Amino acid sequence: MSEIIAEFAGRIRHAEATKTPLRLSGGGSKDFYGGPLCGEMLDTRPYAGIVSYDATELVVTARCGTPLQQIEAALAAQGQMLAFEPPHFGAGATLGGAIAAGLSGPRRAAAGAARDFVLGVKLMDGRGEVMNFGGQVMKNVAGFDVSRLMVGALGTLGLLLEVSLKVLPRPAAEATLRLEAPQGRALDLMNGWAGRPLPISATCWEAGDDGEILTLRLSGAHAAVASACGLIGGERVADAEAFWHALREQRAAFFTGDMSLWRLSLPSVAPPLDLPGAQLIEWGGSQRWLNSGAPAEIVRSAAAKSGGHATLFRGRIEARGAGAFQDLPAPLMALQKKLKLAFDPAGILNPGRMNREF
Amino acid sequence: MAFGLSGEDRKDMGNQRDKPAPPAAIDITGVIAALRRILPREGLLLGDEEGRPYECDGLTAYRQLPLLVALPESEDQVVAVLRFCSEAKLPIVIRGAGTGLSGGATPVANGIVLSLAKFMRILEVDPLARTARVQPGVRNIAISEAAAGHGLYYAPDPSSQIACTIGGNIAENSGGVHCLKYGLTVHNVLRLRLALIDGEVIEIGGAALDSPGYDLLALLIGSEGMLGVVLEATVKLTPKPQLAQVVMASFADVVSAGNAVARIIAAGIIPAGLEMMDKAATAAVEDFVHAGYDLNAAAILLAESDGTPEEVAEEISAMRAVLEVSGATDIRVSTDEAERLRFWAGRKAAFPAVGRITPDYLCMDGTIPRKRVAEMLTRISELSDDYALRCANVFHAGDGNLHPLIMFDANVPGELDRATSFGAGILELSVEMGGTITGEHGVGIEKVKQMCVQFSAAELSQFHAVKAAFDPHALLNPGKAVPTPRRCSEYRLTGTPRAAP
Repeated sequence: MSEIIAEFAGRIRHAEATKTPLRLSGGGSKDFYGGPLCGEMLDTRPYAGIVSYDATELVVTARCGTPLQQIEAALAAQGQMLAFEPPHFGAGATLGGAIAAGLSGPRRAAAGAARDFVLGVKLMDGRGEVMNFGGQVMKNVAGFDVSRLMVGALGTLGLLLEVSLKVLPRPAAEATLRLEAPQGRALDLMNGWAGRPLPISATCWEAGDDGEILTLRLSGAHAAVASACGLIGGERVADAEAFWHALREQRAAFFTGDMSLWRLSLPSVAPPLDLPGAQLIEWGGSQRWLNSGAPAEIVRSAAAKSGGHATLFRGRIEARGAGAFQDLPAPLMALQKKLKLAFDPAGILNPGRMNREF
Repeated sequence: MAFGLSGEDRKDMGNQRDKPAPPAAIDITGVIAALRRILPREGLLLGDEEGRPYECDGLTAYRQLPLLVALPESEDQVVAVLRFCSEAKLPIVIRGAGTGLSGGATPVANGIVLSLAKFMRILEVDPLARTARVQPGVRNIAISEAAAGHGLYYAPDPSSQIACTIGGNIAENSGGVHCLKYGLTVHNVLRLRLALIDGEVIEIGGAALDSPGYDLLALLIGSEGMLGVVLEATVKLTPKPQLAQVVMASFADVVSAGNAVARIIAAGIIPAGLEMMDKAATAAVEDFVHAGYDLNAAAILLAESDGTPEEVAEEISAMRAVLEVSGATDIRVSTDEAERLRFWAGRKAAFPAVGRITPDYLCMDGTIPRKRVAEMLTRISELSDDYALRCANVFHAGDGNLHPLIMFDANVPGELDRATSFGAGILELSVEMGGTITGEHGVGIEKVKQMCVQFSAAELSQFHAVKAAFDPHALLNPGKAVPTPRRCSEYRLTGTPRAAP
């Protein structure tokens, strides 16, 4: 494994010296996400494998090129899981890519996001220097929290070599319910339930052929799930696992539209948005998907007005030209740029992927 | 290591610390005149007498009078103070309630203290969105009290929650006894309004669950007041569980108690709290709060379950089964809320209880992998013999976060030094066992040397680069948390005291 590290370091040092952009890539399953791809490919997949996993420690450490499937299988064998349910978006998805993209699945509102479960990273910066931040323990406040800063940075601050994640036991029981509710009512219900001690672990609202349906998953102790089912009502969904999996992987019918797919991240209590196109709501109201041909300015200003932001998740022709991510205010932008330079002074790591300016 | 030092032999160690190059000469009259134009009359504290209450935080062995103390009461005043200090290159130490245990708020001789004590308003509680918008000087427990009417509370609960402020919690990424299940400060803060050193005010995070760009929220939380001044925070509120019950189990040896912790986790249970105390700790506590602890046990475990009554019953019976298999000699379950609170009262009063039986003590804060807890206890007990100093142990066992309390008498020549070496030994063992020197108390000035053991020169210089992106002249909390390379080479040269003197 040390030869692979040496090879990565050689590539990065050469790129730094020659100011040649590098494109860090694992399985390529999230190539569509973020800004345009640019630079010579550096394939992270050779650096693979689980470094350590001890179920009683609730921690797994694995190399960046490890297939996400392999990690999930190892955890499942011990009755554990990655509670943030990272989307794979392809069979080749790697751990490094999942953490660099920083995306989370249906359980996010209840359990936390990818960044909430990262305990430590080993990374190689834009000078080819290998450094460790955080660690393999639950609580660690020594030094700035550089490891969480890496989550969602799309490889622009460093090549993630190893990642340590907190893992959780799989819930003893799960049940999925569906009930009819128009959007406004569904938002009220989700927010109301979230304020009560109920074991809701995922929500999905969608207007489909069979009406406006709110689907929700309950996870926890048998007794807790049973009593919540009684309280919430609705109808039990039989093939629930397939439903949540299709939602996470965006294989559900909603995601097969031929318009741009926007991800709106909003306060959960934001009222229904009046935007052209179809919507699907997750995370108790905090994540709203929009399939729409609306111009970027319209979508982004609606998101901002509601107190959130909009990401052009999968852009089609009509939205090209708009950046993937909502613009930052100037002082924040300046700060982000300085941070980028602190980790990658030559600006060679995935330039343009996170931000058009660097 | 945090000191509870009551002897007469207090050391003024502030002068030994790293500082940025001071301005050639501080024109103190000019500084006072400038700040007078910004702050109301009572917002500026001058001289030894007025500065004395600010000379230390919870790490009382380290004391240093600041040049002066600024107590702004509006955002505009904070911004103006920052602009002035930024231009005058005057160091600033930000301060909340001063309960920190690592000297994060210890003043510097050539700088001012910026106290946020007047920012104590809860601006908004939104029960539907389950958030509270608060000023940085609001006390941790005040948020839960304000939310209680809605069946909500703010989850992180450091032992000092009655006094400590949310601003300080954000600076330290504070934990508490419930963080294995409910997370640390970083998991419970959604947004910060932050003033940068040059007076620029920015918003980080928001009312949504994420925001575009790098995750500055994660970087800011736990940054020990070195990157910016928190002006306002939006925190997450959690629904109050219907019921909580705690199991108290006794063990005849610490190894069995440590194994029981691992077995509970292996059984798929994440208790709301999972704490361990050794015999020295329970003895000190029992005398003080009469919690009903088993004084014959070598160690006791406290494991809490919360949720619906059915859920709690299910989890308690599962934990009971695991504890029995793990060799618990006695198991008691709290029968009502009063008893539950009594069981916890002892744990929460552990520091003051130990403070009663020794003139001084020093509190450590390492975190190690759970499976090495028993081994660590054995090593600590060996070190205790080597240094001829008593040590009581209280742990957040579920997190592997240890708080050994080293007892000493600062009036006995050499004991403070021995205690410090003992503490350094424990911190270095924590790193050696794959852990960290600090789980929740912060590095501050106290553990800044041990940062050299945990991090390489390249890692430390990366921390400095991050710091420089926010604060290029190192004016915010200088000398704290991240050591200079020179300091580390000195530390490495002198070696680490492991054997008894």
